Amino acid sequence: MPQTIVESKTKTTIIGFDQPFCVIGERINPTGRKALAAQLEAGDFCTVEKDALEQVACGAAMLDVNAGVVFHSNPNPNETEPPLMRKMIRMIQEIVDVPLCIDSSVPDALEAGLEVCGGRPLVNSITGEEERLEAILPLIKKYNVPVVAISNDDTGISEDPEVRFQVARRIVERAADFGISAHDIIVDPLAMPVGAVPTACLQVFELVRRLRRELGVNTTCGASNVSFGLPNRQGLTAAFLPIAIASGMTSAIMNPIRDQEMEAVRAADLLCNNDANAAVWIKANKPATTVTAKGRRRRRAG
Amino acid sequence: MSEKESLHKIADAVLDYDGDEVVRLLRRELAAGGNVEDILNIGLIEPMGDIGDQFTDGEIFVPEMLMAATAMKAGLEVLRPILAESDAEPMGKILLGTVQGDLHDIGKNLVTMMLEGAGFEVFDIGVNQNPEAFAAAVQEHSPDIVGLSALLTTTMVSMRTTTALLKEQFPLIKVIVGGAPVNQQFADAIGADGFSEDAPGAAVLARRFMEELAG
Repeated sequence: MPQTIVESKTKTTIIGFDQPFCVIGERINPTGRKALAAQLEAGDFCTVEKDALEQVACGAAMLDVNAGVVFHSNPNPNETEPPLMRKMIRMIQEIVDVPLCIDSSVPDALEAGLEVCGGRPLVNSITGEEERLEAILPLIKKYNVPVVAISNDDTGISEDPEVRFQVARRIVERAADFGISAHDIIVDPLAMPVGAVPTACLQVFELVRRLRRELGVNTTCGASNVSFGLPNRQGLTAAFLPIAIASGMTSAIMNPIRDQEMEAVRAADLLCNNDANAAVWIKANKPATTVTAKGRRRRRAG
Repeated sequence: MSEKESLHKIADAVLDYDGDEVVRLLRRELAAGGNVEDILNIGLIEPMGDIGDQFTDGEIFVPEMLMAATAMKAGLEVLRPILAESDAEPMGKILLGTVQGDLHDIGKNLVTMMLEGAGFEVFDIGVNQNPEAFAAAVQEHSPDIVGLSALLTTTMVSMRTTTALLKEQFPLIKVIVGGAPVNQQFADAIGADGFSEDAPGAAVLARRFMEELAG
């Protein structure tokens, strides 16, 4: 059983087949969030703070941190992202105690985040593109951290699940060359919008099953992507998650603020026997007040 | 039935996402001696403009936009050989590609469809194209407009270098940019001529540039 261990300064989270589904909060990401992007350029972290607290309160086990903002004053993220990532990671780990996922396409920003992040963060991400593997795998080895591997390579994002499986296999093998074991690779099979690619989700489910069976690796995806361009996105994403979980997916980068999606995850955990004694489900769904009949024997507190 | 009315029936079939009906009505119109440019403009391009507006207003969604584009395209395939023989000019020529380092193409493909729907001749050069590849393709196809797509913040840097190279080699060409991390500010900062939030917006923008170029 592969177990990917991630840690904050004091807390450990295990991602694995026999573990509750790991919800990685997606909100701290300025892509497509104009107000947040403007705040980050101005050095204002109030939304980041609010998003961090809120996502953890809603049940996120980890937080994704993406500093991918393109500054008006300097539109070169290779220069601006590393210092911003450093600041954001420092600030977030002061206010919440969950493992973080350092998310960037800029290798220097990943390293900047790794330098200041306590515990054992997850790095997001590598792809099968050779240049990226060469740049990032040494970092993964140096800091001894797990990494998300997106299953595309230099030739693009294949619509053929077989090709994507082979790309994932090659990444796992390349990582092994660097002394990184398969349990520290979390494969992202790439969930494309089903509104534009009708077979996108079927491909993901099939890939997740094979990745689990044949490579024994954990998996993740950007779950919100699935419903892009369609109405009632929450309803669709909430249906996608349990199917993905039943197929063997073990984590997702998603929006924990949306209760419909979180409820779907809690239900899937219970249904797949990853919620012992239905404890999490009961806690989330307990009536607000319970009246105990007089004289009934109760378990003694403490 | 007046000619105009029969053309609107073709448009209705596009709005109903019914490609077979589009082709049937269009062939009938051609057989009756209908003007090919009117068929194109009123029967195919106009409804795609409506589709774009509906999408932007959130009345329809991606799969519906794709169905309309497919229906429109079915009609366009019938007209294409006839248009090639006539002296009708396309709305304009536009070259599209995803910039170097970026492999995403769903957004670009939606833009391609909406531009074809707007009557443009589109050259799609694919994903992960470096500035030199864009320049060579411009040399080959001489488009009026070049559209650059990116989904990653890192690859937005190659939007800048590509725009700079194109502007240097082809000073008259219009460059437009789009993709999830891109905004108007960024477009301005890298010297691009335009930015659009979504695929129908790209078609509107491209049309506006053609009007400007026509003077």
